[in-house]
Amino acid sequence: MQSLGLDVLFKGTNFLRLLEGLWVSVRISLISVVISILLGLVAGVLMTSKNIVLKAAFRVYLEIVRIMPQMVLLFIVYFGTTRVFGWNLDAEASAVIVFVFWGVAEMGDLVRGALISIPKIQYESAEALGLTKQQTYLYVILPQTVRRLIPLSINLVTRMIKTTSLVLMIGIVEVLKVGQQIIEANRRTSPNAAFGVFAVVFLLYFLICWPVSRLAGYLEKRWAA
Amino acid sequence: MKKQTKAALFGLTLALTSALSMTAFAGDSDKVYRTVDEIKESGTINIGVFSDKSPFGYVDENGDYQGYDVYLGNQIGKDLGVDINYVSTEAANRVEYLKTGKVDIILANFTVTPERAEEVDFALPYMNVALGVVSPDDHVITSLDQIGKDDQVIVISGTTAETYLVKNNPEIKLQKYDAYAEAKTAFENGSGVAWANDNTEVIAFANENPGYTVGIPSLGSNDTIAPAVSKGNDSLLNWLNDEIVSLGKDNFFHKDYEETLLDTYGKDYEDTLVIEGGQPAEASTEAEAAAAETEAATEAE
Repeated sequence: MQSLGLDVLFKGTNFLRLLEGLWVSVRISLISVVISILLGLVAGVLMTSKNIVLKAAFRVYLEIVRIMPQMVLLFIVYFGTTRVFGWNLDAEASAVIVFVFWGVAEMGDLVRGALISIPKIQYESAEALGLTKQQTYLYVILPQTVRRLIPLSINLVTRMIKTTSLVLMIGIVEVLKVGQQIIEANRRTSPNAAFGVFAVVFLLYFLICWPVSRLAGYLEKRWAA
Repeated sequence: MKKQTKAALFGLTLALTSALSMTAFAGDSDKVYRTVDEIKESGTINIGVFSDKSPFGYVDENGDYQGYDVYLGNQIGKDLGVDINYVSTEAANRVEYLKTGKVDIILANFTVTPERAEEVDFALPYMNVALGVVSPDDHVITSLDQIGKDDQVIVISGTTAETYLVKNNPEIKLQKYDAYAEAKTAFENGSGVAWANDNTEVIAFANENPGYTVGIPSLGSNDTIAPAVSKGNDSLLNWLNDEIVSLGKDNFFHKDYEETLLDTYGKDYEDTLVIEGGQPAEASTEAEAAAAETEAATEAE
């Protein structure tokens, strides 16, 4: 074990710091995911609208999210808004804004896809039963959409958790950064610590993401019918 | 729909970008920084340091910031009579932190260059530095000519090494990393034939890791490392300069070296690396001439 450098994890409060870093990553992604899913549902419904202006606006939004690397978005939101508008956003708030900006677009697109995949006959039957447009969405379309959506959105959740590693660029010390700090602080005494520490960081990411993707698999199977 | 939508999209993006950049220009004149009085009043100073660059700025096993830069930072906080909030910075975002006033001082092993001096204000220097290139023992690179056209050299984004190689040896392929730890891991895994960085870094790396040699110990002009503040923050700049001069009277920076760097570089490098009281020991006419030259070259571009 010595050669893997795992011993550095038990020096002082190192392991606790690593867990604190993990909590930072999880906290940022959890908050972002919840907001993204809620706003994404709305965005998805709007994306299916026939209004040309609305359609174009969402198209531009989606393209911006796809083209811009998250790192650039983080810099724009954290440093850019201070320069341009003088806002002093908290680093974590900036991170959440960027992840929500990304999440709503992707989630919206998923919702749009799921909505389109609902057969036309469902809308027609609802209409034949005398349901209003709102009722149709609330009782017929959305329940089916959500069912198709959950496996897809959980995939987005795990991707978000992994992408939180970028927030170290705006000064947030999350799990990966703590890992790097531990490796560097011990590079004279345990030059091989990199392997052990990164392995533990990998394990921590895995412990968070694995149950989430298992859940997706379970729901997918259960709702396959 | 396709062609028109694309054109419309393009136009819209262009409009957005130009609107953003125009407001950026308008906002530039606003004061972003805090004066010494404002810092004292708030009771806390924000100092940007590295958190993964031992022995200059790192976090120890108890979660406390340590290192040569941090030793100075602690003294600054003590002499200002304020608490210190250390912010973990990366090489690539140090200038941005000062331009937005998100930190008051950067003490992150910040090398003074004419290009950076246009963006931030440097105080008196407290350390000497040049570039160095380290490579594995079985294929030591002693001259940049030895680097083949398919070979890659590892650098950290935003460092002097990157700027120097891009400018003077554009034919060399660079492999860029954002964080020190990533670059180190990549180099150890053999992703590049050599690693170019500050000579202090490569000397320390080769001392600690058997199997590597610093083939080029001094590349480019001799530079200095200094604290930096937001452009125009004369109040803090003057305070820092006075602080560095008065600390020099007590040989503060030699003490700092002995506390933080001695284990890594040994006694031999003490006088080479330390600048006491803001006065570089060696005649700096040569360095100044070189700096003036680079400045002229930058303006010409």
